[in-house]
Formats: sequence, structure tokens, C-alpha cells
Amino acid sequence: METKAVRFGEKLVTTKEFLAEGHNFCTGCGEALAIRLAMKALGENVIMAMATGCDEVCTTPLPYTSWRVPWMHTLFENAASEISGVEAGLKILAKKGRMPDRDIKCVAMAGDGGTSDIGIQALSGAFERGHDFIYICLDNEAYMNTGIQRSSATPYGASTTTAPAGKFSIGQITRKKNMVAIAAAHDIPYVATACPSYRFDLMKKVRKGAELKGPAYVHILSPCPTGWRYSSNLTIEIGQLAVQTGIFPLYEIEGGRYRLNADPPKLKPVEEYLKLQGRYRHLTGEEIESIQEMVNEDYGKLKEKVAAFPM
Amino acid sequence: MSRRVALEASHAAAEAAKMADVDVISAYPITPQTHIPERLAEMVADGELSAAYIPVESEHSAMSACLGAAAVGARTFTATAGQGLELMHEVVYIASSMRYPVVMTVCNRALSAPLSVWGDHSDAMAVRDTGWIQVFCQNNQEAFDLTLWAFRVGEDPNVLLPVMVHLDGFTLSHVTEPVILPEQSEVDRFLPRFQYPFALNPDKPMTHGAFGPPEIYSETKLAQEVAFRNSKEVVLQGWKEFGDIFGRYYHPVEEYKTENAETLLLTMGSFTETAKIVIDAKRDKGEAIGLISLRLWRPFPFEEFRRTVKGAKILIVFDRCISFGMGGPVFSEVRSALYDEEPRPKVVGIIGGLGGRDMSEEDFEYVIDRGKEIAEKGPEKMLETVGIRG
Repeated sequence: METKAVRFGEKLVTTKEFLAEGHNFCTGCGEALAIRLAMKALGENVIMAMATGCDEVCTTPLPYTSWRVPWMHTLFENAASEISGVEAGLKILAKKGRMPDRDIKCVAMAGDGGTSDIGIQALSGAFERGHDFIYICLDNEAYMNTGIQRSSATPYGASTTTAPAGKFSIGQITRKKNMVAIAAAHDIPYVATACPSYRFDLMKKVRKGAELKGPAYVHILSPCPTGWRYSSNLTIEIGQLAVQTGIFPLYEIEGGRYRLNADPPKLKPVEEYLKLQGRYRHLTGEEIESIQEMVNEDYGKLKEKVAAFPM
Repeated sequence: MSRRVALEASHAAAEAAKMADVDVISAYPITPQTHIPERLAEMVADGELSAAYIPVESEHSAMSACLGAAAVGARTFTATAGQGLELMHEVVYIASSMRYPVVMTVCNRALSAPLSVWGDHSDAMAVRDTGWIQVFCQNNQEAFDLTLWAFRVGEDPNVLLPVMVHLDGFTLSHVTEPVILPEQSEVDRFLPRFQYPFALNPDKPMTHGAFGPPEIYSETKLAQEVAFRNSKEVVLQGWKEFGDIFGRYYHPVEEYKTENAETLLLTMGSFTETAKIVIDAKRDKGEAIGLISLRLWRPFPFEEFRRTVKGAKILIVFDRCISFGMGGPVFSEVRSALYDEEPRPKVVGIIGGLGGRDMSEEDFEYVIDRGKEIAEKGPEKMLETVGIRG
């Protein structure tokens, strides 16, 4: 099928929108942008399984749909098992000659809750079984669809509705679960982080993950104006700051080898990222300092891995 | 030529899935279902069956993977029991609501706590409202026959609903009996290739599983109920076709010596065969007694059931499950099904055979004698039971 593309600098990007206009995402939603870009990278030869969450609710109120690709949703925690069935089904039907073998890309998408909390078992199982699929985690760092409840992906110090900042609490008292490391621990061919503020990097990683045989995991930080409490025009800037401060580094792990995709000579102070967001408004200077230390520590560990196992 | 071989019910069900040329099997091991996925895995490993075997990490994923496979048009099979069926409970509803014709064998098992791997019908009763076509097997031949039939009915373009084949854990699943296996050509004549009209395909993008706002949810549920009730026509047609090809005819309500019976005993599943021996003995003594067995549990066969019990004075319902605070679930359902009938038999319920507790011939004799007594004098206890201390 003929696909039109536009040129952005060196890159060609399809003009086709597989996530149709007219969806119900909030203005400035980082997740909607991430999906739009990911779909452009994936193209139309896909079948998608999506977990319950913002992305599902914002795209498919019966009788409408925003999806121009084959898409299924059933439950919150089973996108990875569902796509396992899709992949196995397509393979065996092709093998038995019941349908042409056309290398349809199997794609699963879920939020941070659907991935690192309730869906982690199904995801771990699908990774371990080695299905040929790409799993995209759209991480907006809390249960935004149900009203900003904390998840295991909520960062330390963020205020959410079930871990609110108060006289006796900083808000989230635990550190963000390292879902990327968990995915990598399955020794799958490809693991990467991405952010829609870095669109070509995001598209490149999604395409790579889809094209490699076997499971791939792309963890996309998706800034959320509603849940993070910032003005909706700041989504891109906040995503950039997440990367530039080192709180959400962009990196890839291919065959167990690491590559940092953006490694600024000097990281910006994490305060620049935190101060734009209402969820961190309650933090004292001392608390911000302790978060800075955590970021330094985590970033340092990542750099050590990159140095030890370079790509 | 068909072959007569010795098979346990688990292997008979696996054999049926194989002869149905199933495409995807997704299962998680749980006693007493294990012999089914084991046998199928062996068939795939030996090349006897060309299928994808997905060794999932839980029953929740077993059914979820079935949904994915069915969504792309694969013929899909799974099996579970007891806790496994409970763990996949929410996914069981999805299969029927999204019209994915998955076939599942349930080797009926009690529910914890206390943990029990042994048989009763608690797991089956917990999924009675899930919108699956559900049948009960009495023996190993039926485990084969009804599994094959399940694909034929569920995948029918006028049905597109999942089918659950219940067979008693251990009592059937692990017991070897002679089973007649048909020729592959006969199976192929009975069971056409699965042509899922809504298969996910990039050439014709479709959205499966959009959410239902209040303006539309009720209509989707009504449509589902209409489709479910209408499926009965194909259920019957499937049994007719099955009988015409294989020579064994099945019915929504199976009858045994019901002619002129004043008292009827109702059982489900494999215990029916034990009960038959008792019916024989009582008939020999001149008692006007017969036996009925609900083969089709869902959609409930109102018409056939009412017709069968018409004329009886007493109907004794034997349940292998307690609906806490209510009694036997089959008992409450059949009593409710008879409420509008005039005249109708006196319906009494007795519970037994829980968590692997055997029911002997003497036990069934007690059920019948006690049932008649209750019908005459009214119940004396909160719950009438058989073979339970305390």
C-alpha cells in the first residue's frame, strides 16, 4: 500500500495517522503523543492488544473507535498474554496454510499500572516464553485513568491521591520500580526507554523492537498534565527535562549490552524538572536534595553498566 | 473404521481436540486436569498434532491467550479445574461477551478452603452465569463426543460462543474406560473448518473490546442473551448431526426409566451412572421411579426439562455443591423452572458428594428414600445432606 511521508530533517515520517483524530485524551497528553508516534513507526501491518487504562478508555467508547489498525482490549492485566495468543495463532495459521505468512507485528500496550503492577506476571510469562512481540509501557507514573492513585512506578516524593503529601508524609515513600531492569533480567533481545519529547529516538526504538525477532520492551515516559499537575503546554519541555536531569535517562539494552542515547556532559539539577509539577510542590529544599542524590546514584549505576557492557 | 480403545476421560478429551485439528492450546497445569495438557503437549512434541502449545504462567493467562488466538481466527482449546477456573473467572466472562468460541474442558473439582483437589461441582456452579454453553459428561465416551461437538456448536457462525465441557475430576478424568474413536474423515465431515468472520486482520482493521458507556452497555448484554438463548437451536442440531454420523444421540435432558415414574431423581455428571444401578434395583422392586440427568446446563433447557418431569409427583435433586445460605444451586434452579407449571412435582433437594466424597449405591438409595419422605412430611433440617457427618 502506498504511504505518504513527510521529511523532518533527515527523517521520513508517514503522514498516516493510525490513532485517528477525535479521541478523548486530555489536552497535552504525553501518552497520546507517544502512541501516535509509536504507531507511525509500526505502520499498518500490526495487531494490537491493549490493556485497560487511559489509552483504551480514551480511544474506544462504543460505538466509536480511534483505531485504524486491528486492535483488541479485554482486561487490565492480560495484554501480554493476549498478544501471546495472537502471535501463536498467527504463526500456526500461517504454518498450516490457513493464512498467508506476512510477518504481522504483534504489539501490546499498557500503562505503568498494567505493566509493573497488575500485569507484571503475564508480561514476565510472555517474555520468558519468547513470543515475537513488542510491549510498550506508557508510563505516566500513576493510575491516572482512575484518578491519580499511586502505582509502583510513581517516583519518590510525588503526591498522588492514595499516597498524598501530608503533615506526616512526603507522598510516595518508595522509589520507582525499575521495570526496565526487570524486563532486561528476562534476557530478551531488546529493551529501551523512550519519551515523546524525543520523537525520532522513540520511533527508532519502537521500529527496532518490532523488527527484532523475539520479545522487545519499550518503556515510554509519558508526561501527564492532569496527574502531574502542570500546564498542558509544558508536556514536551517536561519530558526533555526528565531526560536532561537524568531522572529518566534514554537508553537501550540489546543482547545484554547497554547504550545511553543521550548523555549530556552535565546533568541539569533535578529541581528544574520537579518545580514545574504540582505533584512535587510540597517538597522542601532538603527533600529535593535527597531526590537529587537518588538521581545521581541511579544515573551513576546506569553509567557503570554502560561502561561494563557497552554496545 | 472406528476404533475401540481404552482411554481415561482426560485423554479422550485430548484426543477429541486433536481430531478437531485444534490450532492453539493454552493451558496451565492443575490437578485433576493435568493429563489433558500433558497429552496434548506430547502430541505436539511428537508431531501428531500441528498446533501451538502455549505453556502459560497461570490460568488467567491461559484464557487470555485463548482470547488472542481466537481473535485471529484460530481454533482454540484449554482445560482447567477448581481454583484454576476461579483464577480465570473474569476472563471466562470476556470469552462469551466478546463471542470468542473457545472450547474448555473443566475437570470438576471442589473449591478451597480447605484445599481439596477432589471432585464436586462447586467450580462449575461458580461459572454458571458466565454466558458459556455448558454440558456435563457421564462417562469417557461423552468426554470425547461432547468435546468434538463443542467445537461444532461454538464455532457455528450463528452461535460464536465458548463451550465448557464438564467432566468429573478423578471419577472420570483419571478413570480408564473403553472409548470409540471415529475415523478422521467422519470427524472432518462433522466439523467444518473454523471460519471466524471477525478475525483481526490488518487488511480490514476492526476494534474488539471497546468499552460500553451506560447508553449502550445494556443493549450489548441483551444482544448477548438473545444470541445465547438462540444458540440452543444449534446445540440440538449439532447433536442430531453428531448422532447421524457417529450413531450416538445426545439430549439436553437425558432420561432413564422415566416412563410412568411418579418419583424422579435428578443428577448431573458421572454419578448418574451409579444412580442408574439404584434405579434398576428399585424398578425391579416395583417402585415407579426414574432418573433424569441435565446434560445441557446452559442455556437452561426449560422446555425439555418441563416436558420430562411432567406427570411426576416428586422430583429429588441431588447437588454436589452448596450455595451458601441458599442450598443446592441445581435444586433452586430447577424448582424455579417449574414454578409456573401446573401441576408440578414436589421438588426436594439433597446435597452430597462434596470434595471427592464418594456416593455409593446405598447413598443413592438413601437420597431417594429420604427425598420421598421430605416430599411427604416437609424438610426437617436447614440443609438435607447425604453421607456428611455432623
